[in-house]
Amino acid sequence: MNVRLLYFARLRERLGVGEETLAFDGATVAELLAVLRARGGVWAEELAPGRSFRVAVNQELATPDTPLADAAEVAVFPPVTGG
Amino acid sequence: MKIAVQADAFDLNAEVEALRSGRLDVGAVASFVGYARDLNDGSAVRAMTLEHYPGMTEKALAAIGEDAARRWTLIDATIIHRVGRLLPGDPIVLVAVASRHRGDAFAACEFIMDYLKTQAPFWKKEETATGARWVEARSSDDAAAARWHPPGSEA
Repeated sequence: MNVRLLYFARLRERLGVGEETLAFDGATVAELLAVLRARGGVWAEELAPGRSFRVAVNQELATPDTPLADAAEVAVFPPVTGG
Repeated sequence: MKIAVQADAFDLNAEVEALRSGRLDVGAVASFVGYARDLNDGSAVRAMTLEHYPGMTEKALAAIGEDAARRWTLIDATIIHRVGRLLPGDPIVLVAVASRHRGDAFAACEFIMDYLKTQAPFWKKEETATGARWVEARSSDDAAAARWHPPGSEA
């Protein structure tokens, strides 16, 4: 399946990408993050377990076990700082 | 409920008037306005740019407003958050809550701000004398949001 990935704020700048479509065979957010970390370099560093970031699936905050379906919109971003 | 994410400034008086006009059951309106400061973490801030996640932002703000309406007896609410480049002194965010009695309005207004700070996808980037920097999330904001959940509760 394909997922649409969005990156925001500091992570968008650090990863050097705002948006991409990724062919992905896994089923959950945790599996998707493992694929992204396997890119190595800044991906492995920024998305390492214990680093502070959030994931939203179809525009709702998600957890590692949130399931992913084809055409899911998955956003990865730093903790929010509005208000 | 009015939810808006916009670049333009807002007018507190006009928003409060719109919230209460024609509603003679409104006995209280509590409002909060957040402003851009010229100092943060010990550095002078010349300007800030607010980025957001279009689509999710509006949903998150609406969900926070609906959550407040479940917890307190509200008549209506307005949540406006600006995006783009703002200067010190510029208003950033407005929350106004109308209810029959002040207790519900005060509490819901504070709750909405506390949740907005930790749940709504906005990010601030500050321009300082030493360059631009992304604002780091504060643990005190998480603590402020968490106090609305009594220990052992699920929400």
